[in-house]
Amino acid sequence: MNRISLLPLGFALVVGLGFQVSPAAAQTGWQEIKVPPLPDFHPQVPKRFVLPNGMVIFLQEDHELPLIDGIARIRGGSRAEAADKTGLIDMYSDVWRTGGTKTQTGDQLDDYLEIRAAKVETGGTADSTTISWSCLKADFDDVFKVFDDLLRAPEFRNDKLELVQRQYFDAISRRNDDVDEIVGRESAKLAYGAQSPYARVAEYKTVAAVTRQDLVDWHHSHVSPNNIVLGIVGDFDSAAMEAKLRQTYGTWPKGPAVKDVSVEPTPAKPGYYLVQKDDVNQSSISMVGVGIRRDNPDYYAVRVFNEAFGGGFSSRLFRTIRTEKGLAYSVGGGIGTAFDHLGMVRLAMGTKSATTLESIQALDEQIDDVSKHPITEAEIKLAKDAILNSFIFNLDSPEKILRERMAYEFYGYPQDYLEKFRLGVDKVTAADVARAASKYLHKEKLATLVVGNSGEFDKPLPTLGPVTKVDITIPPPPGQ
Amino acid sequence: MKHRVPKSVALFLALSAIAVAQDLASFEKRITLKRLDNGLTVIICERPGAPVFSFNTHVDAGSVQDPMGQTGLAHMFEHMAFKGTDKIGTTDYAAEKVALAKVETAYAAYIAERDKRVGRDEQKLKDLQKAWQDAIADAQKYVKPNAFPQILESNGAEGLNASTSEDQTEYHYSFTENRLELWAYLESERFLHPVMREFYKERNVVIEERRMRTDSNPIGRLLEQFTTAAFQAHPYHRPTIGWMADLNSFSATDAQHFFDEYYIPSNMVVAVVGDIKASEALPIIEKYFGRLPSRAEPDERTTTEPPQNAERRVLLQDRAQPLYLEGYHRPDYRDQDDNVYDAIADLMSNGRTSRLYRALVRDKKIAAYSAGFSGLPGVKYPHLFAFYAFPLPGHKNEEVAEAIHVEIERLKSEDISDEELKMIRTRAKANLLRGLDDNEGMASELALFQARYGDWRELFHQVENLDKVSKADIRRVANKTFVPTNRTVGIIETMAPPPAAAQNGGGQ
Repeated sequence: MNRISLLPLGFALVVGLGFQVSPAAAQTGWQEIKVPPLPDFHPQVPKRFVLPNGMVIFLQEDHELPLIDGIARIRGGSRAEAADKTGLIDMYSDVWRTGGTKTQTGDQLDDYLEIRAAKVETGGTADSTTISWSCLKADFDDVFKVFDDLLRAPEFRNDKLELVQRQYFDAISRRNDDVDEIVGRESAKLAYGAQSPYARVAEYKTVAAVTRQDLVDWHHSHVSPNNIVLGIVGDFDSAAMEAKLRQTYGTWPKGPAVKDVSVEPTPAKPGYYLVQKDDVNQSSISMVGVGIRRDNPDYYAVRVFNEAFGGGFSSRLFRTIRTEKGLAYSVGGGIGTAFDHLGMVRLAMGTKSATTLESIQALDEQIDDVSKHPITEAEIKLAKDAILNSFIFNLDSPEKILRERMAYEFYGYPQDYLEKFRLGVDKVTAADVARAASKYLHKEKLATLVVGNSGEFDKPLPTLGPVTKVDITIPPPPGQ
Repeated sequence: MKHRVPKSVALFLALSAIAVAQDLASFEKRITLKRLDNGLTVIICERPGAPVFSFNTHVDAGSVQDPMGQTGLAHMFEHMAFKGTDKIGTTDYAAEKVALAKVETAYAAYIAERDKRVGRDEQKLKDLQKAWQDAIADAQKYVKPNAFPQILESNGAEGLNASTSEDQTEYHYSFTENRLELWAYLESERFLHPVMREFYKERNVVIEERRMRTDSNPIGRLLEQFTTAAFQAHPYHRPTIGWMADLNSFSATDAQHFFDEYYIPSNMVVAVVGDIKASEALPIIEKYFGRLPSRAEPDERTTTEPPQNAERRVLLQDRAQPLYLEGYHRPDYRDQDDNVYDAIADLMSNGRTSRLYRALVRDKKIAAYSAGFSGLPGVKYPHLFAFYAFPLPGHKNEEVAEAIHVEIERLKSEDISDEELKMIRTRAKANLLRGLDDNEGMASELALFQARYGDWRELFHQVENLDKVSKADIRRVANKTFVPTNRTVGIIETMAPPPAAAQNGGGQ
């Protein structure tokens, strides 16, 4: 069904426990409705233990449905792949599953799993790879066997490498069809640098350069118990599960520690960047720069700022650009954060070609306005209420709690990080927010990317400043 | 299929069949259904756990109900349902009401002049446009922008959003359980006293949404042309987002009329799922939602799409890479063969064992992805079963079309295997189970099935009905449906870029 939503999916509002809004002086209607205190809620914490070989395991019982799901996260991801084999982790994280095990082809696994309505899947990101399963309780032993075989004895059959390479050739050929894809890709290049592991993209040449041996080598150098965080949630008994896991993985020898890479951003020169696209009537505007890490002491103030500046309906960007000016459907932004590297500052919106420059100026004004008219106490209260009153939705299912704890483990954050976050946000003051904004958001440090049909803009883009044309022509495959 | 099915599968299937029956029995105990005196249906599902709840307000009206010349109106009203009420979002409603009435009068005069076929006076048009804009500026003085969503956000609403499709409109978010009464007040108030403030600015927001989803997106462009071709009589031929000309024409008065006609209690289901007790929640819900006045049922007559007797083709020459899409008319969701279509969609498309993946992607190596599905553009009325494929570089739409047709012929002429039939049934049960672990998803499904079938239990019966689908059913339905004269084809064919046009970019 073609559903269209009030808010664009890409701009999901920032998630923010159960603090109450102190009822304002009663006027009429909603203010008179009592919000009783929320009963004490002590979410179930997963059991954590570490095997002698370093493998960290979390077990979270949840007996509501007869299902058992699990995921292993392994250190090392695409930011450590060789530049001339960009896409290696994408290929690896597909062929790991589709290439089968020593004893069964991927196709045989497909049949075996599908008839049980079970899934075992692999994936990869910049900092890690994952292998996960989902199955009915009754099938756990069968499915766990497949998971374990793939974890420790994958075969990476060549026919499946060729298959995924064909799919990536296809994806490369289509990468300029969709405006969002262009904007996402080119924004990352401007913020981190075109060659940055957080921005570079696979090309025909780099995909073709990936061999089966590369996949096998990556696996051997990364998949060892000391590099793994494993989490399981569902309808099982923790004591029995722990015994099974100790038996299965207790004797698995340690491997080399993963050599991760540290990447410094090399942002593009501030100014205007244009991707000319003739077949659109809406310009996609993206102003980007370098953000912060989540362990930065300013993180709580940044989160409150983001909520007030570019988060939900009540935010400044939404109110001025969408509600008051009617310039955009999709608008939002803020100072981006990431667990172990600098996030991306990004303000983004889409507007008709004929209001492109007007919109860039409107975004500029909003950034200027942060210093001219600092975020007010009232705005801060709204933002904090939004984060704190929805905080419980970080913890409202056993699976979410497991996922949070696994992430803190993986990135070396304290296990009670979420509680620290809540207290941190609660203490944020207007001065903290003003300081954070002035520290991390500077109009003159941002690169402004426009993907649009410049022939129909309200004014020529160079009237704002020097414009760099961005060539997004796709380099042809080798030999063509 | 080569893979042998272990004996344990039969045992497993027996077990999971019991599981579904148990789920239904368990839900019977946890679900309370009440039809209020005004006609509104309330479903409460007790799901103990974290102290939160989710709700879904399902309005049984979508873009199919858009009046002629006012496409996009159902969706437009959905946006307006966030603009507040006579108490929320205004500094002085009495004065605002007068000002909003003036906006409507001025707009009607402007539109009347704008749309004159003969004798339009350009100076008068300018004056009327200015008078309309001045009236908007005057009404704006009373507005507290986004006051309604601001109350929700500051109270910690999670997943605040709404959506409109051809068939229905849904409103949803989650709250902590201590805010049940606040929710009941706000959600009912929004449909008791909606105010069409800031209408014409919000209309511009919706027009930008159209530019993003349809005009500036190749697949959006193809789907709009394709659907328009496939349906000629039924309103399914019109886009939910609306035609640009209609978006630039309809008024706040039109949106109010749409609300008055379709947002009536008997046309709405409110489902609430979470850590709440029906005995405590129902009186609160009744107190607030019971305030909605009952009104006459809307006139839901629409036409029936006539049988298609000739293939139709839509060729979109575009800068984008090739895409092949074809659709065949099928009956609506109440048809006795509905589950047969579900079985076919699953068999053809679900995962790496699916027929289209194995044939086009794995074996023939001609497509990056291919699938088939029901529900284009909706399901409430007779609609399309569609197939599509993205041809790999160097392969043509014709090749993937032929390969899809080979697979369709197999459906018609050969029985599917026992293993395939088992896979379809097992997956349906497992998918049902996996859908039961989140408040938000359950609220949406319960409201939907209650609205569609008049009984939420149908959500569970679907799985039982799928068990009854036979190999012969699949052949019969494939032979009946997938015939060339019943087909509409939509293709994107890549064209060369035009010579460099005048550009406003400059710079080096």
